[in-house]
Amino acid sequence: MITAPFDYSAPPALPEALELLASRGDDGKVLAGGHSLLPLMKLRLATPSLLVDLRRLEDLRFIRRVEDRIEIGAMTRYVDVEDSDVVARDLPLLSQAVPLIGDAQVRNRGTIGGAVVHADPAGDMPALVCVLQATIHATSPRGERSWPAEDFFQDIFTTPLEPDEIVTKLTFPIEPNVRQYYEKFRLRLCDWAIVGAAFTGVLEDGRLRSVRLALANVAPVPQRARRAEEMLEGAEPTVTILRAACDLAADGLDPTPELQASKEYKLHLATVISRRAMEHALGNGVTASH
Amino acid sequence: MRISLTINGEPHAADVEPRLLLVHFIRRNAGLTGTHIGCDTTSCGSCTVLLNGEAVKSCTLLAVQADGQKVTTIEGIGSIDNLHPVQDAFWEHHALQCGFCTPGMILAAVELLRRKPDPSIDDIKRGLEGNLCRCTGYVNIIRAVQAAAETMREQPPVVAE
Repeated sequence: MITAPFDYSAPPALPEALELLASRGDDGKVLAGGHSLLPLMKLRLATPSLLVDLRRLEDLRFIRRVEDRIEIGAMTRYVDVEDSDVVARDLPLLSQAVPLIGDAQVRNRGTIGGAVVHADPAGDMPALVCVLQATIHATSPRGERSWPAEDFFQDIFTTPLEPDEIVTKLTFPIEPNVRQYYEKFRLRLCDWAIVGAAFTGVLEDGRLRSVRLALANVAPVPQRARRAEEMLEGAEPTVTILRAACDLAADGLDPTPELQASKEYKLHLATVISRRAMEHALGNGVTASH
Repeated sequence: MRISLTINGEPHAADVEPRLLLVHFIRRNAGLTGTHIGCDTTSCGSCTVLLNGEAVKSCTLLAVQADGQKVTTIEGIGSIDNLHPVQDAFWEHHALQCGFCTPGMILAAVELLRRKPDPSIDDIKRGLEGNLCRCTGYVNIIRAVQAAAETMREQPPVVAE
């Protein structure tokens, strides 16, 4: 499959990239790893007239700790996150979840910024950045803007990013002593998640706090399971309460059926996958029952 | 657009349309047809090559994205007289039948062994999850990669970039 024709440029620095992008109105597109955009272009679902390739912008490729947060540059690839000691120590959820994304070849190209901007409801990264309460930072000739992750995903493939804006980095608060896990269900390894569940919480003195649960691919945007979170906040994590909370995880959802998964099936999976994520995260912290 | 890149140590320069895929540049411009096009949708892994030493799917890269960089294809990792240890192990362990997926499978295995020189069976399965074989199945492929790992730990191969 061949894309429609387009112009291409790989500018040496961010100011040039911003200038080029602005010169095409809403007809230019940023190329990061290209593993979401190029497939769309090959299907001619996207036909930009200009690709601005950010591959030479080395200063958008970093993982660093700044005070009480981790900053990850938008052009940082999945493989860089997978291999990062900083991420392994301070963002254990990303460290565990990223190797489940795509395959080795895809992770050698796909970028964190690209995945977030693409805002695919079936993607893993949107749910992960929501549960981790990341902030997404962008820049344009008009200045800098940022959004909490949950405000960034507005609809299927839709974000508040303007055509002349480029996402530069994501920042993640560091939470000590977290128990986290990302579980996803797919028919084959290379498939998207039919449902994914990202869980984080702190277990202290036998009780849960800072509980968050986000689901992937059950709605146009990642969904926080707030009723489940509320039930677990401050609670002792027993088998019974985890089950009850997970039954609430699918509450109020109306997922779009897919070829391989009906609405009812996805709702059922949401409860099961949430429970598996929690059980993995909490391990032997889960007590039998009261 | 004028691009120049190195494939298997040889310089290749050409005027290309930005929309030319890397896999087409490799097959048509460089005439290296060992890199196959299977699904053309980033799923099957037949088009896997090494870009600056890392495995990538060349059906989901533009040739212009590889401008100024180093590509290694199946033709570049070994020859009939001097097979790469992974090629040798695939032959020895009957890790192919029709052979269509083999170039991509071997380059994905080379990447896997670069990152994990002593892989477990699970590491091998995960490392090759981006490559599909539709005839032999994967049992002999896993055996071949294990055997190659052992050979390469004893004597690392020299590969032109």
